[in-house]
Amino acid sequence: MNEHDTLGDRLAQQGISRRAFLKFCAALATMMALPPGAAQAFAETLAKAKRPSVIWLSFQECTGCTESLTRSHTPTLENLIFDMISLDYHHTLQAASGFGAEKSREDAMKEFYGKYLLLVDGSIPLKDDGIYSTIAGRTNLDLLQKAAKGAAAIIAVGSCASFGGLPNAKPNPTGAVAVSDIIKDKPIINISGCPPIPAVITGVLAHYLTFCELPALDELGRPTAFYGETIHDRCYRRPFYEQGKFAKTFDDEGARNGWCLFELGCKGPTTHNACATTKWNGGTSFPIESGHGCLGCSEPHFWDAGSFYTPLSAPSASVSTVAIGAAAAGAAAAVAISALDRAKKRRAQQGHEKLTVKDL
Amino acid sequence: MNTQQWLEWLRSTGLQISVAVFVLGLAYRMLHLLLLGRKPNLAEARGSAWRGGLRTMWHRSLPLGKQTSRGYLILGAGYIFHLGFFIALLFLSQHIALFRAALGLSWPALPPVWITMAAVLALAAMVALLVQRMIDPVKRLLTDYQDYLTWTLTFLPLLTGLLLKQSGGANYQLMLVLHIASVELLLLAIPFTKLAHMVTTFSARWYNGAIAGYKGTQA
Repeated sequence: MNEHDTLGDRLAQQGISRRAFLKFCAALATMMALPPGAAQAFAETLAKAKRPSVIWLSFQECTGCTESLTRSHTPTLENLIFDMISLDYHHTLQAASGFGAEKSREDAMKEFYGKYLLLVDGSIPLKDDGIYSTIAGRTNLDLLQKAAKGAAAIIAVGSCASFGGLPNAKPNPTGAVAVSDIIKDKPIINISGCPPIPAVITGVLAHYLTFCELPALDELGRPTAFYGETIHDRCYRRPFYEQGKFAKTFDDEGARNGWCLFELGCKGPTTHNACATTKWNGGTSFPIESGHGCLGCSEPHFWDAGSFYTPLSAPSASVSTVAIGAAAAGAAAAVAISALDRAKKRRAQQGHEKLTVKDL
Repeated sequence: MNTQQWLEWLRSTGLQISVAVFVLGLAYRMLHLLLLGRKPNLAEARGSAWRGGLRTMWHRSLPLGKQTSRGYLILGAGYIFHLGFFIALLFLSQHIALFRAALGLSWPALPPVWITMAAVLALAAMVALLVQRMIDPVKRLLTDYQDYLTWTLTFLPLLTGLLLKQSGGANYQLMLVLHIASVELLLLAIPFTKLAHMVTTFSARWYNGAIAGYKGTQA
């Protein structure tokens, strides 16, 4: 079979009915808050679409993003992604290894120059000429720059590729940066999250294939369809926040009653993602539903934003030590300046000459 | 810096700087005042300086007697503002979470609707006092830029806090940043302005009361 058949042919070969395909398109359109006509557009365009070549580069990462995509519970939406694209290079998923693997990447880069999609997960180390992460003896920086040249667009999958993620956390020993810190002349879409929601990756790819352009993005380059609202906005525990009902520990009455987790460090109010609506594991639940606050993993530098268990309203660094030090310094300054004042007063008193009759 | 980075800076370094200036400034001002000292009073005591001092500290905090001569608006709005401000500061559960994290102390919170009412009343009282300050010819003459500055710096944390409580979406993060920033600006300004009355007012009352108490009279 030709690797770059249309998606329609491919689905027909696999015995996937048109009805099932339409349902998939309707789900995508709904998820991305597109108008009803978009489902039809998805169906018509995707069925005819030539499957684009996709090169997936993995840099400083934990493979969690790939795990997220492949371990999704129901093999419908997310599995279809592999029918929509021709994945020509992916460390974890490809059968080839060694020179064969690298050759398939180079072949795809040549054959589909200017047309292929480049997916990146993981951050790129820059310190010491990028030697901290290499593939087949080449640095991540070199691989990214070469692959980006011929790419139609780049999709940064996960918080590491989008914002630097864990490798970029202080003190950032490898000098890790995000894709957008290096590549400036290509459209880049950030699908942040640690890991990102699989349906978001699928949705963005389907949008690109259908409309031949990237979806609307927020100021951090994330698709607004998925990152336009905060976890807090869509959280089913939100009414408890409004009522001032907060769990104080993970096993108190409030926690058992499902009250708001704000005081246990939930970062939902400042985190933009679709977890509360799309949910995880085939729509089973999301972290807050299982009793743990949101970590804020789809926001930049979330590793360095203080403890996961410190409430948003509380300081993320110690202030009591600073306050004690400042009080001591203030007191010492007051004592020293008072002593100077008194010495000055004493000198003035000693230097005081009384008027005598003679002076007059 | 994006909003997220601002938030992180304000929750750590920004807060440390403003708390350091606030505590250092007030500690210096209070102790320097106390160390100025007073000449020993050689006259025989006719009453207790301590009792007089404490009595005046307490008595002048009550809306009684001669204070009404300053006008009911100042008296009423002044009390409403101070009470509203401290209710919102001390009894909102998010603020208590802050005190618990910083001081290790906590106490029960009031329902959010109480806090909203307290903040709205405090804001209304501040507006009333500002309007009166601008209308009254004598007060207008006595007012300088510092009065408007301190008014603004006190007004902003209440206003941004109230907006934060009503916010959702992208506004939440922005309002949280503005709220924390306004509080830190207020902390930075307190030691250098007449807002330092939050500590000096009690020592001033103490001195007045103690001097009168020593003489066997009432301040």
